[in-house]
Amino acid sequence: MAKRREMTIALAGNPNVGKSTLFNALTGMHQHTGNWTGKTVSNAKGYCERDGVLYTFVDVPGCYSLMARSPEEEAARDYICFQFPDAVIVVCDGTCLERNLNFVLQVMEAADRVILCINLMDEAEKKGISIDFEVLESMLQIPVIGMTARSGRGMEQLFEVLGKFAEGTGEKDIKEAIVSRKQAFGQIEYPEVIEKEISHLLPVVREVTKGCLKERWVAARLMDQDPGLCQAIMDCLNLEFSEAMQLKKAGMQAENRMKETGQRLEDTREQMAEAFVRRAEEIAEKVVSTKEDTGKKKGRMADQILTSKLMGFPVMILLLLVIFWLTIKGANYPSEVLSNFFGTIEGYLLEWCRRGKLPAAIYEPLLFGVYRVTAWVVSVMLPPMAIFFPMFTILEDLGYLPRVAFNLDKCFHCCHACGKQALTMCMGFGCNAVGVSGCKIISSRRERLIAMLTNCFVPCNGKFPTILVILTIFFAGNQAVSDWKLALLLTGVITLGIGMTFLVSKILSGTILKGEPSTFLLELPPYRRPQIGKVIIRSILDRTLFVLGRAIVAAAPAGLLIWCAANITVGEQTILMHCAGFLDPLGRFMGMDGVILLAFLLGFPANEIVLPLIFMGYLSLGNLTEFTDLHAISQVLYRNGWTQVTACSVILFSLMHWPCATTCLTIYKETKSKKWTLAAILIPTLAGILCCALFAQITNFVLR
Amino acid sequence: MCERFLLNELEQNQTGEVRKILSEPEMKRRFQDIGLICGTKVTCVGKGPFGDPKAYEIRGAVVAIRNSDAEQIEICPERISEKGV
Repeated sequence: MAKRREMTIALAGNPNVGKSTLFNALTGMHQHTGNWTGKTVSNAKGYCERDGVLYTFVDVPGCYSLMARSPEEEAARDYICFQFPDAVIVVCDGTCLERNLNFVLQVMEAADRVILCINLMDEAEKKGISIDFEVLESMLQIPVIGMTARSGRGMEQLFEVLGKFAEGTGEKDIKEAIVSRKQAFGQIEYPEVIEKEISHLLPVVREVTKGCLKERWVAARLMDQDPGLCQAIMDCLNLEFSEAMQLKKAGMQAENRMKETGQRLEDTREQMAEAFVRRAEEIAEKVVSTKEDTGKKKGRMADQILTSKLMGFPVMILLLLVIFWLTIKGANYPSEVLSNFFGTIEGYLLEWCRRGKLPAAIYEPLLFGVYRVTAWVVSVMLPPMAIFFPMFTILEDLGYLPRVAFNLDKCFHCCHACGKQALTMCMGFGCNAVGVSGCKIISSRRERLIAMLTNCFVPCNGKFPTILVILTIFFAGNQAVSDWKLALLLTGVITLGIGMTFLVSKILSGTILKGEPSTFLLELPPYRRPQIGKVIIRSILDRTLFVLGRAIVAAAPAGLLIWCAANITVGEQTILMHCAGFLDPLGRFMGMDGVILLAFLLGFPANEIVLPLIFMGYLSLGNLTEFTDLHAISQVLYRNGWTQVTACSVILFSLMHWPCATTCLTIYKETKSKKWTLAAILIPTLAGILCCALFAQITNFVLR
Repeated sequence: MCERFLLNELEQNQTGEVRKILSEPEMKRRFQDIGLICGTKVTCVGKGPFGDPKAYEIRGAVVAIRNSDAEQIEICPERISEKGV
């Protein structure tokens, strides 16, 4: 048999067992990893060449079973069952193999070429768990590899097995193995009543599937009558109407025969699901042995504190506070260096342009428009983002996020929403678009929509420096205490955002998304030591590149646009004056002015550019042409009539306004509905207008 | 032999064996997915700041379950000699 040159391999398994880590190790890619359930929500593809074979690896979202219930699980199931990868690697967590085996057995029922990788062996060993691979291999009749994907242990073995598959030498073994799986433990046996009906169904199934899917699996699913899965099977087989009817009829007949013996569909379903669990139990009993472990106790102790009545919330707020403080402290210096650097460069460029006798009409928009806004985005916005993000990632790697969800679940429960919304909310801190697509982990459609519509109430990484800079200018006070005070204020703003999330969720679930809270199951993974060095390097690099990319794509044209608007006159005024004048009444009503509102509007492509655009707008109105530091910026703002009230209003509005373009697109992609996308834009915008107006009017009234 | 007890009534560090799952089919499936069926041993390992949800160890993994869902599961608690439950 000729050696295969290309192989497509799916990586499947329970959530949070390290599929993405293995995927990265295999492909050398940098797919985002983190210690919580539901981090990967859509399939990712990566490539790797080895011994002349091109492997395509597909990282599939984690799921507990093939009976999918949420969109992310559906994506996983459809890939494993209906895209026919050349092999499925089922990744397991060595620390709780028994539970994982349940899924392995299900995949083995649906697919022939299965490889079992038992990951996190280092953790398992630390916990005193030992696994007998040989016995497991002979019981399941599939290749079993123990590995630690993080350190690369076991990778060679995996490639060896894959190589065999590619050469086709494994083929004969596999056929034999499938036969012997029946005698061994690899094939599930259902209770006799069910087995009897399955054997009745097999001929019909064989006729319609034509060897396309595994017959026994299809027959078993027909017995089980999971509506989603049955439909998916029908779709995959692309059946003629008559064939589909034949299949359905056979299923119904089987059910009726069962009913006559007193077996209800419910019982059948339960017995079938239990068959897997019990088989897994049986196997685990033979291959897993555990000594007394101490590591688990440590994790428990940590949980006792981190989720306790007394300490749970204070610790959460304290962590946020410390992260903000570190961000503020850390961002000051690079920010200053960068703005000095860009200022100097601007001076040189200007001189060079003038000496070269370039016409002002060309260099001015490029320099004062494009260059300056881009430079501001990089120097003012980038440093806090580049520091906040990795710290957040470290918390994520540690496994703290599920604890946050655990702590906050009761609040979400009260709002008739899902506790997993806390996870998507946390992702929103990084990027709202990521938060929105993360909502796939929520299985109820109603709760998922709530999570999507409220996601942008937590300030994303792009809004966060805006808030930070304004707080610094207007509320920081004297230097000695300012950093802590700032961190505290920032925490307050974030808390307000989270409060709004609850409020709006509550309102939504009482009005347009009415309904009862659905079920909630969330795994609390063991704490893992984050790979701090790797996280910092990766996220700073990735973040920096990402922000730089966006800066060029979004900030540069916006800078050009606003410069032109400020310098082209129509009638007696510049276009900028016209626009700002038009928006001014609404702006004033909300405690701001026209320029600010205009900047928010132009900042639609990316929130990072809002603040630079505000400066730009003011600078072009006045005649200040020096590019300098934060102090000069504050002077500009003061000169343009900013007060603490203005600052508060801007902070409120940047916390609550329309999501950025990327997020809107993501919402549309996820909901496939213009109506909900519009709602996602209107809801935060209305909330923002309302809050700002209320705040401005009340303070006006009080101060007068 | 043992008194009727609900999962959410387990004390911290107390273990019980599942007797009956009365949940809706949808939830039942989810429980089965994580290996929670009749006869499974479950230990309560902690609770959230509001006492809801609670964390349970099931087959080596820790899972948070809301009290309203745990109420649907009947268990038979193991006696803890020190506590004298």
